[in-house]
Amino acid sequence: MTAAPSKSPLLSVRGLVKHFPIKKGLFGKPAGQVRAVDNVSFDVMPAETLGLVGESGCGKSTTGRMILRLIEPTAGSVEFDGINLVSLDAGAMRKLRRRIQVIFQDPFSSLNPRMSVGAIIREGLTIHKIAEGAAADARVRQLLDEVGLRSEYVSRYPHEFSGGQRQRIGIARALAVEPQFIVCDEPVSALDVSVQAQVINLMQDLQRDRGLAYLFIAHDLSVVEHIADRVAVMYLGKIVELATSADLYREPLMPYTQALLSAVPVPDPTVKKSRVVLKGDVPSPANPPSGCVFHPRCQHPAKDAACAEIVPPLEEKSPGHWVACIKQPPTGVDWSVQKAAGATNPPTRYLPVIETPT
Amino acid sequence: MADTTTASRSFVRRLLRQPGARWSVIAIALLVVVAVFGPSVLRHIQGYGPNDQLQIVQLKNAPPSWAHPFGTDRLGRDLLSRVVTGAQISLAISVVAVALSITVGTAYGLVSGYAGGWVDAVMMRILDGFLAIPRVLLLIALATMADRMPLWKLVLLIGGTGWFGVSRLIRAETIVLRRSTFIESAHALGASMTRTMWRHVLPNVLTPVIVFATLSVGNVILLESGLSYLGAGTKIPTASWGAIFNDGMGSAGDVWWVLLFPGLAILITVLAFNVLGDALRDVLDPRHLHASHTPQIAEAATSATPEKNG
Amino acid sequence: MADPLLSVRDLRTFFYTENGVARSVDGVSFDISAGETVGLVGESGCGKSVTALSLMRLIRPPGRIEPGSQIKFDGLDIAALDEKSMREIRGARLAMVFQEPMTALNPVFTVGDQIAEVVRVHHAGSKKEAWDRAVKMLETVGIPSPAQRANEYPHQLSGGMRQRVVIAMALIMNPALVIADEPTTALDVTIQAQILELLRDLQQKFGTSILLITHDLGVVAETASRVIVMYGGEIVEEAPVSDLFARAHHPYTEGLLNAMPQVGHERERLETIPGSVPPPTKWPQGCRFHDRCPYAWDRCATEHPPLYQIGGGHVSRCHLAVEPERRAQKHEPMVVA
Repeated sequence: MTAAPSKSPLLSVRGLVKHFPIKKGLFGKPAGQVRAVDNVSFDVMPAETLGLVGESGCGKSTTGRMILRLIEPTAGSVEFDGINLVSLDAGAMRKLRRRIQVIFQDPFSSLNPRMSVGAIIREGLTIHKIAEGAAADARVRQLLDEVGLRSEYVSRYPHEFSGGQRQRIGIARALAVEPQFIVCDEPVSALDVSVQAQVINLMQDLQRDRGLAYLFIAHDLSVVEHIADRVAVMYLGKIVELATSADLYREPLMPYTQALLSAVPVPDPTVKKSRVVLKGDVPSPANPPSGCVFHPRCQHPAKDAACAEIVPPLEEKSPGHWVACIKQPPTGVDWSVQKAAGATNPPTRYLPVIETPT
Repeated sequence: MADTTTASRSFVRRLLRQPGARWSVIAIALLVVVAVFGPSVLRHIQGYGPNDQLQIVQLKNAPPSWAHPFGTDRLGRDLLSRVVTGAQISLAISVVAVALSITVGTAYGLVSGYAGGWVDAVMMRILDGFLAIPRVLLLIALATMADRMPLWKLVLLIGGTGWFGVSRLIRAETIVLRRSTFIESAHALGASMTRTMWRHVLPNVLTPVIVFATLSVGNVILLESGLSYLGAGTKIPTASWGAIFNDGMGSAGDVWWVLLFPGLAILITVLAFNVLGDALRDVLDPRHLHASHTPQIAEAATSATPEKNG
Repeated sequence: MADPLLSVRDLRTFFYTENGVARSVDGVSFDISAGETVGLVGESGCGKSVTALSLMRLIRPPGRIEPGSQIKFDGLDIAALDEKSMREIRGARLAMVFQEPMTALNPVFTVGDQIAEVVRVHHAGSKKEAWDRAVKMLETVGIPSPAQRANEYPHQLSGGMRQRVVIAMALIMNPALVIADEPTTALDVTIQAQILELLRDLQQKFGTSILLITHDLGVVAETASRVIVMYGGEIVEEAPVSDLFARAHHPYTEGLLNAMPQVGHERERLETIPGSVPPPTKWPQGCRFHDRCPYAWDRCATEHPPLYQIGGGHVSRCHLAVEPERRAQKHEPMVVA
């Protein structure tokens, strides 16, 4: 999709789908599908951070887990450095896991409470036969140092540490095998503001020093804007907007993104927010709306019957800025096609002003 | 799997604070000492063993005296010596049998819980079959078939029928744990299934097993005593407590010491293990490891159990 | 001027644990007037939730509200009130909204029943009357088809709706003060916006005072008229909301504001507060923030600062109030990060 001219993507996701069958009845007969992830495609370049934002149930965590093959995709491909992950056997996949690592959200359950910190970090070295004995010990101490923890902590246990420190241990564990790519599943959501800042700075430093690429999954838009180079917005299993961080926040074209941004509370009481308040709740992924999945809650003034009929393609409205909305020009969905689906309003640019500092 | 020194010290402190824990620990410690050293020390002091029948007629069914603090039984055997040896035997039987039960049960539950799917379903149905058979009756039936049996067979029987409950327990814990993020992390790190089960799941499911083991020891002692009392247990003249009790039943009613001392021994031992098991259960409560889900309690809890700086 | 609705003086709530005495709330004093929304801000371990629980008298052993603490609510001292009388106040005149709507609601009762129960517990109506009031309340909090929804169970509702139900339960007896403990933290940001809007509307409609406890300075900026910042079991700064954000005085508040990434304010690196929150069993000597403070000097390590008046209703627990020239001498904080 979007590619910097000279580099080829490190991770390339195409048409990723995950359906969970809903089992009903005594014998678990499938009674429908939860379309958790519905045809998601994106690229991540080496050493870049792609943010993946959305609210609960949008499928971002599921996407992350499919890339790691902790969940098997229903359909689609995940290519890492040219290798198709989905078709790998267990042994080859295990070897590849060195290069793709993960940091989880909950610092309290992502560390084995019965393993010492040193053992937790060393495990990757043992599994992939990177180092043993004294060499491994040295590596572990080095890693602890790199994430800002004292090396004496090697023999301590997770419950003796605070949330922020545990996250650092989790980061050290991921770094031990020297990955090129880390899936970060809400790594700072469970942390206090000041601790969050520490961990974010650490992650940025590590990225700079080691040339890491991150898939940064989060629901906190301010954090994502800060750390991500490009951002993808998900809603009900689909990517609805994909752009550079600056473009997305300056010019959000997808009405959902606009609502999302306007909902973020600003720590500045002088700023007047003209809020786009969405009505109602997010529909169930088991029964998504027809056509554009966002249309029932959409605020776009040109919204009409066509929105309920046509599934908007993700189109490049301006260089590097992809949006799934047939009512935001330019659009490849011809007016005649829209009219045939019942359209009454031609596409018009809609960009509500969200923040007016007084 | 060792805890840090501060963690284990606070654990012991909390354990000893439970009602009854202190005396039960002392009682069990004493029991172990007696069981390990008692028989040889006594033999050294007395000059005879638990199965030696002292061929002096006054010494048959003699009440407790200085020479024989527990008295003698109808065959002239010193009861103190027999009860002390019984400690060794009963404890040995229980410990080995329980160890066997736990090993088999843990392995079964782990595999069943971790594998899930049809493997789990099949394994559980088989287990259901086993659970349907009442253990005591089964043991009696098997035991009486072979009349008196060697100790190792008894241990095998008791141990081999005692693993059903554990496996259910372990399976339940494994299923819960399987969804933990740190298990996912291990998987993401490239850990094989065996490694994950051994290194990650097993150490975290052992807590209920410790409680189960402690309570089981008491239970097995009772079981073995009962079997021996019914005549289906240890061979004559093995001095397990149940056997001593059994022998004593044959005597006339006024030979009270032959019933009292082994009976007391069983009572105190089983009680001690049960009390300890309960205390362990309370202390090993995962409140220490799991943060509460309600933040106000969690904050109050974290303010009450502070985490270290760093 | 009318007496404040809530007047807290020297509130101390300690927990007596085997690790020592945790002084979770250590001398907190503040007022809330009728119809006001006050934000109580702080991170984990600062004592804000324990403060809320203390106000509701929901502290259980090994915790207790220390003698000498005064909580005057609507003229009544509730710090030492007997439990029976307290129960009459709780839910009726003083209500609480918790963070996790799923655990605040009983899964085996319908939401209508749970709201109606509040009415019946306070003997404010018959079964039918209570039910009707509950349905009406559901409508007031913006739940569509309230009569139908009242018969549903918590698990059938979304997170946002459940939180509305919890708010309905809190407001149905028209309490004078509602304590909302992180009411939107567990919700998605678009739902959070809805709930905050709802709270604002309800407050206007009913004139309820709200004590809004949160760690999110953005939420506070939007909803509160006055903000209290807590650290180390005590209040470190209190100010009208615009003052706090425009002219934050206490270095901790300053640190918090700088640590927050803000949409539209691009920065290379976030400024952090090095170190971490000390445990409540071992508050540092002198100023509790001094080892993490970039301005601290020797006075700060020995002399515990009182709440200095900055002017215009703005107070700050920092010696910089009397030695403001020290603000120019920024340095690396004492603690090893």
